[in-house]
Amino acid sequence: MIYFDKVTKKYHDNSVALEDVTVSVSHGEFVSFVGHSGAGKTTLLKLLLAEERPTEGSVFFESANVHSLAMGDVSRLRRRMGMIFQDFRLLPDRTVYENIAFAMEAAGRSDEEIAFDVPHVLALVDLTGKEWNFPHELSGGEKQRVAIARAIVNQPDVLIADEPTGNLDPVNTYEIVQILKKINDIGTTVLLTTHNKGVIDALERRVVTMDRGRIVRDDDEGKYVL
Amino acid sequence: MFWVTARRILHTGVISFWRNSFVSLASVLVMTVTLFVIGMVIFVSVILNTTLEDIKNKVDVNVYFTIASPEVDILRVKGSLEELPEVASVEYISKEEALETFRERHKDDYLTLQALEELSYNPLGGRLNVLAKDPSQYESVVSFLEGKPELLSAANPNGIIEKVNYRQNKEVIDRLSRLIAGAERLGFAFAGVLILISLMITLNTIRLVIYMSREEIAVQRLVGASNFYIRGPFIVSGVLYGAVAAFLTMAIFYPVTLWFGGTTTAFFGGVNLFEYYVSNFFQILFVLAGLGVVLGALASFFAARKYLKV
Repeated sequence: MIYFDKVTKKYHDNSVALEDVTVSVSHGEFVSFVGHSGAGKTTLLKLLLAEERPTEGSVFFESANVHSLAMGDVSRLRRRMGMIFQDFRLLPDRTVYENIAFAMEAAGRSDEEIAFDVPHVLALVDLTGKEWNFPHELSGGEKQRVAIARAIVNQPDVLIADEPTGNLDPVNTYEIVQILKKINDIGTTVLLTTHNKGVIDALERRVVTMDRGRIVRDDDEGKYVL
Repeated sequence: MFWVTARRILHTGVISFWRNSFVSLASVLVMTVTLFVIGMVIFVSVILNTTLEDIKNKVDVNVYFTIASPEVDILRVKGSLEELPEVASVEYISKEEALETFRERHKDDYLTLQALEELSYNPLGGRLNVLAKDPSQYESVVSFLEGKPELLSAANPNGIIEKVNYRQNKEVIDRLSRLIAGAERLGFAFAGVLILISLMITLNTIRLVIYMSREEIAVQRLVGASNFYIRGPFIVSGVLYGAVAAFLTMAIFYPVTLWFGGTTTAFFGGVNLFEYYVSNFFQILFVLAGLGVVLGALASFFAARKYLKV
């Protein structure tokens, strides 16, 4: 489903973020990318989202080379992927409801679908009753759950989670991990990057370990070994 | 789908204009300054143009006749002047009317009136007020009269024309015209610089507003929103800044023109600014709102473009 083919990414100052990385992810997998800061985990995800271009190699989503798509096709591709980030990245001047509705509107969904799906997905992340709050009125854990609701409301094929628990306490971290597992259980492929040893050990899923831009381990039921 | 998208863009633009009220207020105020400057340029050019027009209309040539000239001769001169293609109209003021006007004008000046009473006869001659179609044509009208020495009392003892007052009037009027034209040029150069500065400030303010939203734009890109869908609400907000600023500017012009109206009419003559403001309210509003809307939309369009390349 997702295939990184001998991907190298160098920045202008010649620092190497990724070097000759080849890795594939099948449909329905839950893959965690672990490694120190600067190991290249986030760069890998940015390449998949076409936020950045590889210096060498190609990135495929299904049969499409992500970096030879036209701008409009990139937008369509992104609608098939849900994303959550360490810093949540909610739209600050919109309510919880509007933040989630925005992703549906961007995907061209009808008003009826939005009115039906948003409460549903809010219930799934246990945020019923917070529809009309603005992001600044929520706790970190709640913000991340809004972000997850936004990421999954369009029923994406892939959920990309870049350090989603980085800003959360252990209780919220546990809750987020449970939600991610639930999402994976219903068939969505999940790509997770994290520093958190507890998260990796609790998941007992595939772990790809990275170091200085290279993949150094790839274990089917991995542990955090760095 | 297009209408659904358009409606959502419109809705989001209006909501974000309202929710980011402080930012919107700042943008509206900055744009109001720009539109105010542009409005002032309109008003000043109206004052200068109408004043110049007024002065030009006041230019006429007065042909004064000797006291002894018979009315028939004067009317004959009038007839021949009216036949000239350059002449728009010729008004005859008889001796009696001239005396009446003189009395009226000096009604508070007892000394002059007393001196007039001392005289047993009417010391004023008849006169013709000649109005040309264009001020530049007076020269040829005057040449026409000067080309008939038999009529001029200075050249012929039996001449009936005492004097033609064109030359001394012309000098004053030419100087005034030059002064107004100069003031207009200087004013426009100054206004041009002011408009340019305020345009730059407006563009920069809107750029700053969108700069503050750059994270938000990046998130929208990542959620898969199209450029059109992301940019739309910013353009709607920009249009609102322009429209609100235009109304605000018109509101500010109400007391300004009311106050300046009387003063400028007394000083320059020409049109009363307040009356001009009232009678052309919708035209001025249309021009300012049009400028504001285009300015806001374009500024937002170009400012947002920078952050859409994620």
